[in-house]
Order: sequence, then C-alpha cells, then structure tokens
Amino acid sequence: MEAKLEEAQATRVQPPVEPEQMPGALPEDKRVLKMAAKDVNLWYGEKQALYDVSLDVFDNSVTALIGPSGCGKSTFLRCLDRMNDVIDGVKIKGDIRLDGKDIYASDVDPVQLRARVGMVFQKPNPFPKSIFENVAYGPRIHGLARSKTDLEEIVVQSLTRAGLFEEVKDRLDEPGTGLSGGQQQRLCIARAISVSPEVLLMDEPCSALDPIATARIETLMDELKSNLCIVIVTHSMQQAARVSERTAFFHLGNLVEVDDTTKMFTNPVDVRTQDYITGRFG
Amino acid sequence: MSSLAILAFLLIAAVVAYFVGNYRSNAVSEGDSRILHSRPSYHGAYLAIWTVLPALLVLAVWSAAERPVLQYIAMQEMPQSVLDSSEAQKSLTMNVVDSIAEGLPKLSPQEYETVRKAGYGFVTTQDARDVLSKHHVILGSNPEPYLLRAADEYASKRELSRILLPIVCFGLAIGCFAWGYLRIRPKLRARNIVEHVMQAGLLAASTVAVLTTLGIVLSVLFETIHFFQLVPPADFFFGTVWDPRFSAAGAGPDSSGQFGLLPLLWGTTFISLVALLVAVPVGLFAAIYMSEYANTKVRTFSKPVLEILAGIPTIVYGFFALITFGPFLRDMGAAIGIDVSASSVLTAGIVMGVMIIPFVSSLSDDIINAVPQSLRQGSYGLGATQSETIKKVILPAALPGIVGAVLLAASRAIGETMIVVLAAGIAANLTLNPLEPVTTVTVKIVSQLTGDLEFNSPQTLVAFALGLTLFVITLGLNVYALYIVRKYREQYD
Repeated sequence: MEAKLEEAQATRVQPPVEPEQMPGALPEDKRVLKMAAKDVNLWYGEKQALYDVSLDVFDNSVTALIGPSGCGKSTFLRCLDRMNDVIDGVKIKGDIRLDGKDIYASDVDPVQLRARVGMVFQKPNPFPKSIFENVAYGPRIHGLARSKTDLEEIVVQSLTRAGLFEEVKDRLDEPGTGLSGGQQQRLCIARAISVSPEVLLMDEPCSALDPIATARIETLMDELKSNLCIVIVTHSMQQAARVSERTAFFHLGNLVEVDDTTKMFTNPVDVRTQDYITGRFG
Repeated sequence: MSSLAILAFLLIAAVVAYFVGNYRSNAVSEGDSRILHSRPSYHGAYLAIWTVLPALLVLAVWSAAERPVLQYIAMQEMPQSVLDSSEAQKSLTMNVVDSIAEGLPKLSPQEYETVRKAGYGFVTTQDARDVLSKHHVILGSNPEPYLLRAADEYASKRELSRILLPIVCFGLAIGCFAWGYLRIRPKLRARNIVEHVMQAGLLAASTVAVLTTLGIVLSVLFETIHFFQLVPPADFFFGTVWDPRFSAAGAGPDSSGQFGLLPLLWGTTFISLVALLVAVPVGLFAAIYMSEYANTKVRTFSKPVLEILAGIPTIVYGFFALITFGPFLRDMGAAIGIDVSASSVLTAGIVMGVMIIPFVSSLSDDIINAVPQSLRQGSYGLGATQSETIKKVILPAALPGIVGAVLLAASRAIGETMIVVLAAGIAANLTLNPLEPVTTVTVKIVSQLTGDLEFNSPQTLVAFALGLTLFVITLGLNVYALYIVRKYREQYD
C-alpha cells in the first residue's frame, strides 16, 4: 500500500500536502446526505455559467470546491443559499435539495432558507456596529433570544465557537470594523453561526488573510464541522487538501470530478483535474 | 491704442511664438527629438510664455497705475487749500478734472487755446466753460483756473501714456521673444519651466476664490461694526421687536426704530423646520426607493426627473406658492373652519420643503449607494429580509451621511429668500402659529437695502448685521455637515 502510493506520487501527481495530513473521509456507510444538487444549469442573462452540475454534500464534513478563476465554483456555492436570486437576470434550472426538500420550490422563502444555510464571504464584511451587535444581529431578526441574557449567551457562545471571544471579551462595545482582517473574518463566522445554521458556505474565506489568520480559520473549520456541514470555495489547493474530506473540481462551468480529497490529490481520474492539481494550468 | 487691442495682439503673438518655438526646437535637434530634454510643444509653450507674460504683467501694472499716477501729477497744479481739504472734497475735485480732461481732446485747436488761456487767466473761465459745454462737458460753475491747468496736464500726460504703453509692451514682447528664442537648445528644461508657470497660474486661480470670500466677509464685517456703533449689540441680538422705522432725516433719537433680531431669526427657523419636516421624510423615502427597490429602468428615469426640481428657479416656486398653494391652503382652512392667511409659515415651509426634496433625496441616494454591497450580502446571508437589511444595516451605516445631507439642505432653506417674500409675507411676527405670516432674515435684508435710503443710517446698516448673522449660521451648519460627511467617508475606503 505504502509503496503503491509512493509510486503513484512519483509517476502521476505531486500532492500539495502529505496524504497522512489530510482529514480522513468518513466511510461511505456513515455519510449523511445534507444537500444534493442535480443537473443545475445557470445563466447570467444570455451567458450560461453552469452546465448540469450534480453534487452531493454530506453532513459533518467539509466539501471543497476548487477550479480556475471563472469556472463557476462561487456561482454554484451561491445557488445553495439562493444568493443568486438578488442578482438581476439570473436564471437557474435544476434541482437542489436540503434534507430532501427542494430549496427552489415555490413555497420556500429564500429568507428562511438563508437562516439555515449561512454564508461567509471572501472579504470580511462586518457591519459598522459594535462587535456584540454584529453577532446579535442574526438572533435578533430571527427572534432566537427571549431575553437579554439569552442574547448575551448566544453572542458569547458564537464568539467562543469562532475562537474570537478571548481576544475581544473586554471590548464587545467597540466597532467590529476596528478589528484586524483575520479577527473580522472570525467575527463574520461568529455572526454566521449565531443563527445555528445547518450548512455553512464559505466563499474563499481566507483569500484576504495572512497565513497565520488562515491557519486559525482552518482550525476553526475543523472544530465547526462536528455539528455543521461546510462547503468551501478555495483557490488554494493546499487549503482544500488540508481542510476538506471531499473535493469537487470545476472547469468552465462543468463539474469535472468529485471524490474523496485523498483520492483527488493522489489519483485523479480526469486528465484536467490532474493538470490543474499539478499546476499545469489555472 | 487701447489695452484691449494690445491684449489681442499679444495673444496672436503668443500663438505665433508657440509655433516658432516648436519649429525652432525641431531645428536645433536636427529632427532627432530624442536628444531634446522636453517635447517640442513645451518649447513652443516656453517661447509663448516668454513673449507674452512679461508684456502682460507690464500691461496689467500700467493699466492699474495709470490713473493714480495721472491724478498725482494733476494734484501738483492744485493750490494748498485743495491739498489740505478732506478726502471726499479731493475726490469731487478730481471728478471735475476728469470730466474736463475727457472733453479736452474733442476741442478744436482754437477752442483748446481758449481753455489754455483761461487756465492762466488771460480769458475768463466763463469762456472756457462755454467752450466745454459745446462738447457736452457740463460744469456746475465756472471752473477755477487751476482746475483747467490740472486737466490740461492730466489730458496731455494721458495722451503720452497711451502712446508709450503699446511701444513698451510690444518692445518687451519682441525683446523677450528674442531672448527666449536664443535660449532654445536641446538641453533646455522647457517642460519644467512651463509646468512651473502653469502651477503658478493654478495657484492664482485658487487664490481668487479664497480672497473673494475673505473680501466679502471683511466688508460685511466692517459695516456690521459700524452698525453696532449706532445700535447696541444686546438690542440687536436679544430684541423681540423688529420695527426699523424709516424715519425722516433729522428726526430725534426716539424715532430711530428697534432692531430686534429674534422675530426674524424665529421666522427663518420656523419656516426651515416646516420645510425640513416636508423634505426629509419625502426625500429620504424617495432615496431608499430609488437605491434599494427601483429597478435600473425606473432609476435612470426618476433620478434625473427629481433633480430637475432642483433646477427650477426659486422665484417660480414663489409664484406657485403665491398663486396656487397659498389660496389652496386658505380655502382648505375655510372649508374646515380654520382661519389660514394666504401667506403663512405653512405655505412657505411646504413649498420650500418641495424645493429642497431633491437635495435630500439625491445626496441620500448617493450615500446609500455608497454603502458597500458586501454589507447587504452579509445581511441577506443571515436570512434578513430586504426591509430588515435597510432598516438595521444600511440606514445606520448611511446615517451620518444622511444627516450631512439634511444639514446642507437646511442651510439652503435658511438662505432662501424669494419663496418667503411671496409666500410668507414681510410682517415680522414672533408667533408659534404656523398659519400666520412671518418673515425671515433674508427678506428683511432685501427690504432694508431696496429703496432710496441714506447709507449711513442704522436702517440700512442693519442689513449687514443680518447678513453676517446669517453667514455665521449657515457657515456653522455647512462646516458641521462637511465634518459629519467626512467622518462617514473615513469609515469605508
């Protein structure tokens, strides 16, 4: 087995991270399907951006979407919480299910859906409010806290889970915009998890951060996935290899290949995946 | 040759010099423009500047200094009694000299001789006056001989100046042109020199605005100080009665009137408040609709249309208030049994509010649009509705900017005159009833300064005190508004 793997590395692909460091995927029989996309097609006006994308996302795991710029991975991510609805001229065909229920069904309110499927953006976007108010925003609009103490508890818990509480506990009244970039991104994660979403979508959450802040967010994802399903878009293959159990490779609006991360980085089936992972394009 | 003609010639010379310089630089570089330090067009501009600038400066200084110098020369002919008289007296004397000197060149040689002789007492000054009046120079009395001598001196020196000026200007232009032409060689740093001159020009342009403001403020300030020497400041700032009484000259001190600022200030504040009550909600809602809800089609149509409101002259709003809206309010009041006068705080305030809606809406719209899209997405991503996002994220983020916009609109309302004259009347009332007529500071400034008035009376000077008060108030509002807007801008960039 060991020798075989080495041989595979030597002849085919240099994985960016040693296979032992990659998180082990759950065995097939223990996986719980969380979201399932089937034959998703998307147009921006006349231009088609996604072609028949079908992807299963499992609970309590991290799924990474990789691919060159403009390949549709962020667009696909935004289909999962219907954030594309806000953009003029977007047309979506296909079937996306959350726990078996079609999220594009006419009786589903995107507003309620987004409370279940949270999102963290590329650039940290804290509201120009205090740290406390930033995190309390979601629970307030959804009426999750009955009393002030309830609310405080949710805020403290969310900040703690996001690994930010110790750093900001003495200045919860100060503006969230005054934090450093990495802290702001963790604040946004705390804000996203404060409404207890079932799925957390992360759109290149570390691309604006330095390596240390990136490492903290990656550790955090590892902790969060124990009761969340995480889908992350990333440009960094190292990051995909480090944090995800499963990886999906997008190219020109097509989902080329999806498999367990270890397999994708050591033994990809499609030649395009292989070329991208070894850095021949992208 | 008049200064205007000289100016025209100099401009033509500049164009010629530009092309000559351009050509010369090509000649000295023998067609290889790479060895030139500056591009040929800079050499052209360099030569044009050398040709025109010194001559222009001389022209400007000469034109400014000509009159004072000539007057000084004319003064030498005056007896000591005139030299010792007051400034006002001297200026009157100089006016007579001016008008005689104006007439002298029109006289025939014999007539001119008559005037000259009169200047030295050989004929009576009556003869000189008759001769001059033939040429439409009308004098109030027989001129003193020394006035005729001074005028003669004045006219002849002016003649000399008018001959010399073009010679000096053109001589300078040609000399400097030659000097500049000879200096054109590949290593000449023409670009640096041209850019320095341009920078000086830009600096001068920006100084004009600053100096003008300073000049206006100082002139108003001096007249205000003059006013406060006649009326105690406490009576002005804390007086509750506005009754300036256009009294006849020489009336006793009792009839000097009362100049209480408070009724006017209250009128201004009251009308502005009503205007803001109309403009802020309407403008803000319009801005929210346009920036958050309207699709691109509606937006491209409605935003310019709203801004047209800002282009309507205020006097037209005044007509509207006077002819349509005032009577409408009065009839409405009569229908429900309330006595509303046709010109009232309400009429003026509402019409003025409509006028400033575009200020509020357009500025607020820009500010709301400047709230980063990422904040909206962050809020939607948490499952907030559009209304929650607007109320809890966008408006709080835009609030400082909106406050700034409202303050700018308020200072606009405070300075407004025409609508108030037509819609709120000119009676200075200190009242809380919005259905009664009041008046504002600006209206009273107009009524104090129009008409045939003695300039040094408090009745007239009070206008400057009012103007300065208004200036300080609107300046304060504007500075505060800009401060808030700037503070807001620092938040996102």
